[in-house]
Amino acid sequence: MKGLRDVAIVGVGATPYYRRGESAGTSITQLAGEAILAACADAGISVKEIDGFAYYSGAGAGYGDKMESADFMETLGIPEVRFSASLTSGGGGSAGAIGLARAAIVAGDASVVVTVMALQQQKQRLGTVVAAKPVTPIGSFLQPSGLAGPGHLMSILARRHMHQYGTTRDAFAEIAISTRENALNRPKAIRKTPLTRDEYFSGRMIAEPLCVYDFCLETEGAVAVVTTSIDRARDLRQRPVPVVAVAHGGTRDWGRAFSWYGMPDDTFTSSGHRPIAARLYKQAGITPQDIDVALIYDHFTPMVLMQLEDYGFCDKGEGGPFVESGAIRHASRRKPGTISVNPHGGQLSEAYVIGMTQIVEGIEQMRGAAINQVADAEFALCTGGPASLPVSGLVLGRDG
Amino acid sequence: MIATALPSDVVRIATDAVTEPFWQAAKQRRLVAPKCGDCGTFRLPPTPFCPECQSTTVDWPELSGRATVYSFAVVHGYPGLPELTLVPAVVELPDAPRVRLVTNVVGVEPEDVRIGMALTVDFHPITGGWLLPVFRPDAARE
Repeated sequence: MKGLRDVAIVGVGATPYYRRGESAGTSITQLAGEAILAACADAGISVKEIDGFAYYSGAGAGYGDKMESADFMETLGIPEVRFSASLTSGGGGSAGAIGLARAAIVAGDASVVVTVMALQQQKQRLGTVVAAKPVTPIGSFLQPSGLAGPGHLMSILARRHMHQYGTTRDAFAEIAISTRENALNRPKAIRKTPLTRDEYFSGRMIAEPLCVYDFCLETEGAVAVVTTSIDRARDLRQRPVPVVAVAHGGTRDWGRAFSWYGMPDDTFTSSGHRPIAARLYKQAGITPQDIDVALIYDHFTPMVLMQLEDYGFCDKGEGGPFVESGAIRHASRRKPGTISVNPHGGQLSEAYVIGMTQIVEGIEQMRGAAINQVADAEFALCTGGPASLPVSGLVLGRDG
Repeated sequence: MIATALPSDVVRIATDAVTEPFWQAAKQRRLVAPKCGDCGTFRLPPTPFCPECQSTTVDWPELSGRATVYSFAVVHGYPGLPELTLVPAVVELPDAPRVRLVTNVVGVEPEDVRIGMALTVDFHPITGGWLLPVFRPDAARE
């Protein structure tokens, strides 16, 4: 068998997904606790067996809230924690947090490790988070420009990609429309009506070249997953989903990315994920052609396109023609040269929980239990957000 | 609709010892950029160490004020200012090679802005008595 396969994801749980403001009155600790309990129930283990927490985004819960292991121990009755750590920066680390869980398990520090994200947006919405940041000496070289949120920042990368490679808005439209198509039969999806080309092209322009349909949803909720050793995993309720490869990090030429804008030409028009892709494929002993389903962090449509290039599903600069050919549309059987992207409806149409819904779908695809299943899928790629380093990626597999 | 910068009373900046020379020069309507005093490499934004040689010695040469558009957005609305149209831009500075400045293109119809457009610096008043470097189309070079 190819890849790491020394740990596996054994449980996954989530709250309902809420529109912005709809979970007000419920605390972050309660939302996260609901997700953790659901993940433990799914795995068939007691919450009291959790002995590790592996977070990302500095254990932040969205924008302005925090998660604390001690709070979870107090309220859920977890007796002892042997590992409590987080990846740095933001949503770039979502997939990589599973690698942090693996590190705890392989090192022998902890045996049952939870990765959780809970998100509410009543204090601060994602869409204008840059404008709301405290004024700092370095931030003063970005904030005064009026680039108020992450989508505004990335619109500048998108325009450069259009300039350099001839990419058009038709490509972004196809990503938004195909992702919406995938959400239509999803009970938990926030957006469940088809998105037409006319609607897309008459959508409100927020930061040209991007319109409202290029931006992900601003939703609320929590998702938790439980990781343990492969041996333990085989004794639990669900079919284990082994971690085949996982990496976080990145190179200086991406660095702070769109908080900096100093990237060389090729990197400027990328997602910063190329070094992660190379490490994942090497660890897994596979190539992009072996990936059966791609759960791509879709906060903004052009960053999906650039990740498809960085992960080698098409050549650099060819992302536009690739998606416009229909190659990312969900099909129940993979055809060569195509890849089903975000069959769960992604963050654009199902719900945004800072990358965790991509991991949920990867798990369900590898269990063979996804709503929009790719038949006989053996490898699922889940990515973290193109953002300030670290960025990250994860390849999940099937056991046995 | 002519693109502007954010209204003066909305823009606040913070400075520290490393970044303040940039803002002090701007206050005198001079555009400067930090250049390593040892190896001559430019960097932006100003940071404590030269990323090439790790030196902390820095010079602040005055630049010509010329720039070209590397990429840009046309932003419609800002928190509390829904009617505003801004053209935030990443610009290259011909006399500070390999660094970029994040700024605004002002005094132009947004639909006329192009990647590669020649610009020249101007200074926009902001809170605290500071001036913010922004850029206008350079009529002589366009």
